Formats: sequence, structure tokens, C-alpha cells
Amino acid sequence: MAAATEPIVAIRDLSKSYRRGEQIIPVLSDISFTIAPGEFLALMGPSGSGKSTLLNLIAGIDRCDSGEIIVNGVDITRLAERELARWRARSVGFIFQFYNLMPVLTAFENVELPLQLTHLSRRERREHVELALELVGLADRMDHFPSQLSGGQQQRVAIARAVVADPAILVADEPTGDLDRAAASEILTLMDRLVHDSGKTVIMVTHDPRAAEQAHSIRNLEKGILTG
Amino acid sequence: MFMLKLILRNTFRHKLRTTLTVVGVAVAILAFGLLRTLVGLWYLGVDSSSATRLVSRNAISLIFPLPISYAERIRQVPGVSEVAWGNWFGGIYIDEKNFFANFAVSPDSYLRLYPEFVLAPEEKNDFLRDRKGAVVGRKLAAKYGWKVGDLVTLRGTIFPGQWEFAVRAIYRGAHKNVDETQFFFHWDYLNETMKKTVPRRADQIGFFMLGVSRPDIAPEVAANIDATFHNSLAETLTETEKAFQLGFVAMTEAIMIAIRLVSYVVIVIIMVVAANTMAMTARERTAEYATLKTLGFGPGHIAGIIFGESVAIALVGGILGVALTFPAAGWIETALGQFFPSFTIAPATIGYDLLAALSVGVVAAAIPTWRGATVRVAEGFRRIG
Repeated sequence: MAAATEPIVAIRDLSKSYRRGEQIIPVLSDISFTIAPGEFLALMGPSGSGKSTLLNLIAGIDRCDSGEIIVNGVDITRLAERELARWRARSVGFIFQFYNLMPVLTAFENVELPLQLTHLSRRERREHVELALELVGLADRMDHFPSQLSGGQQQRVAIARAVVADPAILVADEPTGDLDRAAASEILTLMDRLVHDSGKTVIMVTHDPRAAEQAHSIRNLEKGILTG
Repeated sequence: MFMLKLILRNTFRHKLRTTLTVVGVAVAILAFGLLRTLVGLWYLGVDSSSATRLVSRNAISLIFPLPISYAERIRQVPGVSEVAWGNWFGGIYIDEKNFFANFAVSPDSYLRLYPEFVLAPEEKNDFLRDRKGAVVGRKLAAKYGWKVGDLVTLRGTIFPGQWEFAVRAIYRGAHKNVDETQFFFHWDYLNETMKKTVPRRADQIGFFMLGVSRPDIAPEVAANIDATFHNSLAETLTETEKAFQLGFVAMTEAIMIAIRLVSYVVIVIIMVVAANTMAMTARERTAEYATLKTLGFGPGHIAGIIFGESVAIALVGGILGVALTFPAAGWIETALGQFFPSFTIAPATIGYDLLAALSVGVVAAAIPTWRGATVRVAEGFRRIG
């Protein structure tokens, strides 16, 4: 019973700074908070507030200066680069503002990417990919290249890629930032479905208050400090 | 399989850029191959020299003659199995641009010394019987449309006058490296004419070509011949045919070194160009590499993608360059036959071409691969939220 209420992400005293020449620029200072499993969290704040850096740290694609980031019981700050890469592949799905699809790969092949690192057979990979593309409503577009898809469709492919390996956490960095209102709404609905129907935990960085309204909770950052 | 697919698709992603780079590599490999072949050809005379042939000439210089009377004394030197002689004639056919080697030789003995000049028996007999007869190489005859029986007039430069010859035989090489662009005629014809027109130049030859019974005695025979004429008015310098040819090559050694250097410089230049292309390509795709790393792909995967693309481009260029080398060599052999009678691409040259192309791919990929493999994900996205 206790395990069910345990946070999926626990951040303690997290600090991060960047060095530009001689200058040290603090980006995050003493951040501590938790995220419950199945939560849809929006991280908001002005540009340069450190929200994307915080997202990158939680997702294990950047390193903090100090503090702890415990995800599903693993302190990822202690993992070596190779272990961290394996952990990412297993545990986190990524959704980017500009979709970050491989332009030379079809929708199917893009979604298949994370599965290339698994031991699944070709047939099993195909089943997973087709299921993921069906989930985002693009089963009929699997042979299309990104350039043949609209922005909203590309983002849906990116979401299919994020969920295909069935990670517990999805991190989304401005997922609607490059989309029109209708496409943005579709994407947010889809993410909401992933939370409700599949029990995913979604951490989303956004500038857009309308996007944040879809989230269960909102955290605000200002100059690297949590303000709410 | 997936990696290979990604590499191939990335390779042809920017068609114009890839095409230009491939063409650049191909041209460089073509130039490299042709220059290497040219250098090799320079040494062809040396390589195709016989170990049982000696050349004896005036010790002061090749331009000074030796008396024909030496022939009998040389024949007496133990180990000498054949004595032939000749003069560089230096005749011009119609125009100076029609250059080819032409020699006045002792016909019978000279042909015996050069079994690699293959003549039809009846043509050979006709040549030997006709004092004004000439034997010409197959390529030379083809170039000027000469047939057996045709009359050919050469304008003498070293031996002035209009010299008329009848083509009595056309020789072919016993193997590919034999020069088929030479012109030989009877030394007697030259000598008899000299006796009438410039008697002081009669009975003199430019070089003796000698056969020895065994290669291992060649140095000893050469020393004995030179000792025979020591302290005479015309001392001899006798050396193996190979050493004699090397003496010619040595005169142009600096040019050969320069050509060799140029061939390497061509490769270095294309390496720099290809490295720039790969650096540009890798820089443009940094976000993609970061995305792949985000998804769990390691530095080895990223390195493989960049490295594979660079090597693929270089090898495609290399293969194209090698393919172009053959028609280019054929054209050179046809159009510049008087300078390059047999412009043959050696298998080793093809090997060097492909090795050079591979080196271009490897070197061009080195820095972009290292950068791509070591880029940190967050840096790759270049975003600070």
C-alpha cells in the first residue's frame, strides 16, 4: 500500500549552473519537490527560468551540480553515462517542441528507433510500433517521411516514439510550442489520455497557460527557484 | 541492418553535396592513379630490362661514339654471347611533333637480343634482306597508318638528309610492357651513307648491346670489357641494361619525385575538402545525434553513423575514380602514345587508389566522429530553458 503513494520522482536540493568563460551562471538553486505516479505536471516560467534544464535533469540528459534526483527508486545522479543511457531508454519517453524526428526515416522507422536497442524480434517490434501508431491515430501514415506530415502529425509520431517502449515517465518540452491551436489541443488531449488510460506520468514544460490547464498540477520557476 | 540503412539514407540526404564530394574524391583518385601510373611507367624500361643484357658506351658520355672495331674484341671477352650495336638516329617524320624513337641497329644480332619483339618470320627475313628496310612497332604503324611495303621518309637531325625506308616488318610485344612505338633500320644503311657524305663519322656506333650467357656473370663481364679498352682513346662504360636505364631515369628523378608529391598532395587536398563536408554535415545533425543519444543510443552508434557515411562517400568516389582511370588511361595511350606507349593501370595502383579513398573517408570522419560521439545531449539541443 505504501508503494502506491510513493513519488515516482523525488528531487532534493537540486542545483545546476553553467559556466561561460570565467562566469558561473546559476540556473537552478536548491530545488526540492516530488511527482506522484500518474501525475500530469506542467512546469511553467519565463524564458531562462531553468524549466527546460530541470526537465533535462529529471530525464537524465544533463548532469546537476548537487542534489538528488530519485526516479522510480533510482538516484540517477549516481549513474555513469552508459548506465544513464540505458536507464533513459527504458524509463523515459521524450517529446520535443520541434518533434526531433529523423528526416530520413519513415514514421514507422522513427517510432521503431527506441526498440532497436531492445532484444525484441522484428515481428515484435512491428507489433509494438503499429500499436503505438494506432494509439496516436497515424496507422495509415506509417510509411510517410516526416516531411510528408503536418506539424501535428509529426508530433503525434514523436509521441508514439515516446510511448513505444512503454516507459513510466514522459517528458515533454514545449510540445505544443510549434503547433496551431487545433493541433496543440489534439496533442494535449492525447497526452491526457496517456495519463488517464495508460497511467503514464507526464512532465511538461510549457509557456502556454492553455496547455498548462490540461495538467493536474503546475509548478512555477523563476530565476531557477521554485515559486509555486 | 538498421545502422546500415541510416548510414545509406544519410549519405544521399543532400544529393548535391554528396554528388559534389563523390565527384571530388573520384577526380582526386583518378589523378592519383594516373600520376602513380605515370611514375611507374617512367621505371618501365628499368623493370622490363633483361638481366642478361649489357650496354657498353663511351665512358665520357653517351653522345660520344665508339669505333665499330670494338665489336670483335668485345666478342672475345669470356661470357659474351651476342654483340649488337646501334645509333640513336633522331629522325623526324614530317613534323617535329611526330616524335618516336628511331635507331640504326645491327639487325640480326639486335633482334636476337630482343626476343620480346615478335615478328612474322617472312617479314623478318624481308627486313633482314633489305638494307633500306625498317621494322616498326605495331602501335607506331597503326598511328601513322603504315603497312608492310610502305615507304617512309625521315628527316635526319643528327645525321642530316632525307632518309627513305621501306617498312618490311611490324613487330608486336611479347608482353604488355614492350614498347611498340619504336622504329629500327639497318645500321649498315646509315654507315654506308656516312662513308659517302661525312666519312669521319663512319664506322662509329653509339652503343653496344651485349648478351651474356648468365645473369650472375654480368658484372664480371662488364668489368672485363671496360678493362679491355682501358687507356684507349675511347674508353667504355659497360653496365647492365637495368643500370643503363636507371641512368636515364636518374636524370629526371627530381621530376618524378615532384609528380609523386603532387599525387599525395591531391589526396591531402581532397581529405581536407571531405573533412570539411563531413564536419558541416555533422554540425547540422548535432540535434539528431543528441536525439539519438536521448533515446539511449551510445557514442559508438553515433560514431558509426558519421564514420560510415564518410567512408561510404569516399569509397563511392574511389570506385568511380578507379572506373574512370581505365578510359582515361586508354585515352592517354591513344592520344599521347609517343610519350606513353603502354599506359597500363597496374592492379597495385587500383589497390592504392582504394586505399587512398578509404584513407580520405577515415581521416575526413575523424574529427566529426569524435565531436558527434562526445557531444553531450543537452549541449546538442543547445537549449537552456
